[in-house]
Amino acid sequence: MTASVSAADPARANGLVVEDLTVVRGGRRVLEAVAFALAPRGEAGAALVVTGPNGVGKSTLLRAVAGLAAVDSGRIRLGFADGVAEGAEAAAACHYLGHRDAIKSALTVAENLAFWRDFLAPPAAGRNRGLGDLSIDAALDAAGLLDLADLPAGLLSAGQRRRLSIARLLVVRRPVWLMDEPTSALDRASEARLTGLMRRHVDGGGLILAATHLPIDVPDAAELRLAPAPPPDADDFSDGMPA
Amino acid sequence: MSALTALFLRDMRLAVRIGGGAMMGVLFFLIVVTVFPFAVGPDLNLLSRIGPAVLWLGALLASLLGLDRLFEADRDDGALDLLVMSGRPLELVVVVKCLAHWTATGLPLVLATPFFALFLALEPKAILATMATLAVGTPALTLLGAIGAGLTVSLRRGGLLLAILVLPFTIPVLIFGVSAAGAAAVEGASFLTPFLLLSAMSLACLALAPFAAAAALRAGLD
Repeated sequence: MTASVSAADPARANGLVVEDLTVVRGGRRVLEAVAFALAPRGEAGAALVVTGPNGVGKSTLLRAVAGLAAVDSGRIRLGFADGVAEGAEAAAACHYLGHRDAIKSALTVAENLAFWRDFLAPPAAGRNRGLGDLSIDAALDAAGLLDLADLPAGLLSAGQRRRLSIARLLVVRRPVWLMDEPTSALDRASEARLTGLMRRHVDGGGLILAATHLPIDVPDAAELRLAPAPPPDADDFSDGMPA
Repeated sequence: MSALTALFLRDMRLAVRIGGGAMMGVLFFLIVVTVFPFAVGPDLNLLSRIGPAVLWLGALLASLLGLDRLFEADRDDGALDLLVMSGRPLELVVVVKCLAHWTATGLPLVLATPFFALFLALEPKAILATMATLAVGTPALTLLGAIGAGLTVSLRRGGLLLAILVLPFTIPVLIFGVSAAGAAAVEGASFLTPFLLLSAMSLACLALAPFAAAAALRAGLD
């Protein structure tokens, strides 16, 4: 699982800089010495798509950047013109769109969204970058859920739940979006709506780190391909993924 | 609206809506207190002597009920991840979640005590003393339970383990709670000394438990 896209600037973090990231889970090296830099291009942001076969550590990489996976070694920094952040502070400048949607079935769609708007802290760096700070109605409209605002969220379909978690990214402005298989459960129209939002985020100076096995239509997105590391002892991994 | 107010209101809403289980504690309390006289017989003198202890035991068991869901519900749907990376101190998140949990489950126990105390033939003085000790003591039970809830958050069906972990640590709270509540029925016994010790225990739990629970939650991530 060694990979690198471009050399990190050692002096000052510009954008999202990950150096020498190693994550060990259950005695197995899931990520080893992963390094990449996702730097904004002037006023505009940038996108990086993480690809690779199942189980190669795409989700773990995103969770490590979000501060949710125990990192064995390495450094994750986030720097913009208005400040630098590292560790938990860097994680608090990220939106995380994971497999679990953090939606409470007993609350209405609008209540779910309003809670995250009120609760999430403003980022320590990159305060004016990317898409965000939309009103509840505007965010629901952007996700195509405005008609369902007063419905209990438990009644939503899988695709609608996904759209509600996407709307969460829009109510608080955070410069980095970490998206794990963002298009899963979405139909064509919703997928187009999502890529439109991702483009607006990047155009507004935001950064996107997306893990996916489907092509995402974001212009100039770089690709970080994670490859399975050769097993240390072939016998231990005889039933593993072919490289 | 401040972030912590929003969290408190969200947890209160979730507790009182369908599936929240806010009233389960009170109903369980009612059942425990009702069953006791059947077991010990209709001797009113005996009942009023052991009444405070029965009420305290009922409240202890009722407040453990539902504590396993304190963080587990948020973990299951991924909200815990977002709470951790929200940029708000996790210790304060724990305090607010405990406060909401106590308001939804502990406070109703305190308010229901005078009615249930009638079943046990308690004197008005003893009823007041029991209410006061429960009001001061049940927050300590919730906060101690939060440590157990943090430790067992990643386990499926960790509820029983939580009770086994937490119950031994609630014994001091139980001892001083019952001795203060029972002091009204005993000639010459002091109410104030055990009551102040009970208050001190609640305050110590408030100061220490959020750090322990937050550390347990961080360790249980991923």
